Amino acid sequence: MKVEAKPKELAVEKNTTTGADVFIRSLVDADVDTVFGYPGGAVLPIYDALYRANTPFQHILCRHEQGLIHAAEGYARVTGKPGVVIATSGPGATNLITGITDAMMDSLPIVIFTGQVATGVIGTDAFQEADIIGITTPITKYNYQVTDLKQLPRIVKEAFHIASTGRPGPVVVDIPKNISEKITVDEFDTAFHLPGYQPTVKPNPLQIRKLADALSRSERPLLLAGAGVLFADAAEELKAFAEKYQLPVTTTLLGLGSFPGTNELALGMAGMHGTYTANMAIYECDLLINIGARFDDRLTGAIKHFAPNAKVAHIDIDPAEIGKNIKTKIPVVGDAKEALKQLLDVNVKSTNHDEWLHSLKSKKEDYPLWYDRSKELISPQWLIEQVYETSNGEAIVTTDVGQHQMWAAQFYKFDNPDKWVTSGGLGTMGFGFPAAIGAQLGRPDELVVSIVGDGGFQMTLQELSVIKERNLPVKVIIINNEALGMVRQWQEKFYEERYSESLLTENPDFVKLAESYGVKGVRVNNEDDVPKVLEDVFSYNGPVVVDCRVVKRECVFPMVAPGTGNHEMIGVTR
Amino acid sequence: MKRIITATVQNRSGVLNRVTGMMVKRQFNIESISVGPSETEGISKMTFVVEVSDEQKLEQLTKQLNKQIDVLKVTDITDKAIVARELALIKVGSSSQNRAEIQGVITPFRASVIDVSKDSLIIQVTGNPEKIDALIDLLKPYGIKELTRTGVTAFQRGRQPENVQEMNALIF
Repeated sequence: MKVEAKPKELAVEKNTTTGADVFIRSLVDADVDTVFGYPGGAVLPIYDALYRANTPFQHILCRHEQGLIHAAEGYARVTGKPGVVIATSGPGATNLITGITDAMMDSLPIVIFTGQVATGVIGTDAFQEADIIGITTPITKYNYQVTDLKQLPRIVKEAFHIASTGRPGPVVVDIPKNISEKITVDEFDTAFHLPGYQPTVKPNPLQIRKLADALSRSERPLLLAGAGVLFADAAEELKAFAEKYQLPVTTTLLGLGSFPGTNELALGMAGMHGTYTANMAIYECDLLINIGARFDDRLTGAIKHFAPNAKVAHIDIDPAEIGKNIKTKIPVVGDAKEALKQLLDVNVKSTNHDEWLHSLKSKKEDYPLWYDRSKELISPQWLIEQVYETSNGEAIVTTDVGQHQMWAAQFYKFDNPDKWVTSGGLGTMGFGFPAAIGAQLGRPDELVVSIVGDGGFQMTLQELSVIKERNLPVKVIIINNEALGMVRQWQEKFYEERYSESLLTENPDFVKLAESYGVKGVRVNNEDDVPKVLEDVFSYNGPVVVDCRVVKRECVFPMVAPGTGNHEMIGVTR
Repeated sequence: MKRIITATVQNRSGVLNRVTGMMVKRQFNIESISVGPSETEGISKMTFVVEVSDEQKLEQLTKQLNKQIDVLKVTDITDKAIVARELALIKVGSSSQNRAEIQGVITPFRASVIDVSKDSLIIQVTGNPEKIDALIDLLKPYGIKELTRTGVTAFQRGRQPENVQEMNALIF
């Protein structure tokens, strides 16, 4: 009997590559080494693809989506590379909003991938559906919803490009579940198509010439350095330029580290809690060269009193920042590094401004930052000075917003760029601790110190799980004054000491709390113990939470009271 | 001051939202917007009439528009020689008795009646906003039942003469 041969199985393998696989590959193609993510219904296909891809990059599971995005911000701030976030649709995505806004305000390159319900049910108020494109439009540099799998690789590529070039910022890519589930068959469309996006990097030489000319005629020149210097990786050029022409330098809060804090020409931070010398220099200068700062209201004080005697030059990669708040005589659109290089190439016949330097130097000596050191308790300012000394001024420091942030900015002298991670524009409580996680992952060999308040720390402390799980040696220094210190300070100074809801009388035991997460906890009450404790903590190979009980009623000085000019600072001296 | 600004944009989903959202967020006062396809596929043209307080604010507006990734080109055409047109549909109460009278009112405006019913007429008029305002005023006594305007859309003229301001004085 003749046996009929079985028909051979088709040689062609069944295609099982999904949109999610394509997505993971796109991240690998974009050189992503770390992703901060949290799974959920709409991103299940993506997490499955990640599982199957067998650790193409490290995935950090924070315990709240706000933790993800702040960690990504910290990572981006210290590495200069885009921070990458994955969250699910609806609540997962909306939990990111604070951090996306924070990244937008402080120009941090973040690429956020959110899951979305399937395209067929978008608009029907489906389970865990939120209009994340609508919600994030005003708080992103750009956003995309992927409606066709073909476009996915192109969109991922464009998203990384937009986030990390020009003035950096957050980009959201919303991926519906059916797109990531879809089996691929299509050819992909990979061609970049961004005709409306061409940031000006090289400044116009004519404007550089004008600036050089103004400098040559200035008797009281001043440089104001912002975070733009850091994003452009231009700290070296800034130092060379300042030293070449002996120009005094002040920085914004976010610009700390763009110029060495201990340099002779450094005047310290300007603005609301800046140094008296820096603020008076702005008031008295005849030429103010702003490099990569955006004249934020906390810097300028009352605008009518801001740099009233100065011709203002402004170098910025974002033309919309020039002339937005302060009238500008010499606009220079371009990258800070390029502009400084060009400026260094021009030989400016600089006039002698020794007198100006001398007057600033004596102001620095006569009106240094001050505080009354407590005899019994730990003064927070003194504590920051100890942190500075014990870490040899080389730590990466992250903070939240408020008093502890200002004291860190005042008393930790940053000599190097990309060591200072803080929430400037948005002023986000709960930023510092997760940002430290991202910073530590981005710079595994460096000492990362997260200086936080007792209020802010309680907003994102669930991420203690992450430092335990990954054994990240982050050192959390809680400046514990049992209050929302800055709120309390304003109530003391401007609301006749009516301390409305600003005193935290029922704080947890932070040491036990840390221990419950398996993290080492230390409490310090006495000044005498501080140096030893810090020494031990910084040399300990693992995470530590230090609960530092500090003077409760300390205020941040000096201060530009709201509505007044930078020259009208209060609390300049005792 | 009132300005007419045109923007050429990529026709992507959300572009109108992004542009108007930016204007709302930054407190720019939009009087009218008109959007439609342009001569190039995938590219749309937007025309805004905005009220801004000073030059600085105007500069901010054009810069913020330019900053949008989908925006290809922004032009403030207020001080150019332009043609600016708007279309309005006006439904007025009318009976057989006054139809002829209304016709007499609208003829000088080169407006036309595009729908007639027992007790109303729909009039279509195109022109610069001032002309439309004038016609609306004249039609008010007859009872305006419904009114819709498209907002201004505008172009630069083919030739730009020397004294532009005078020419445009008629527009607003």
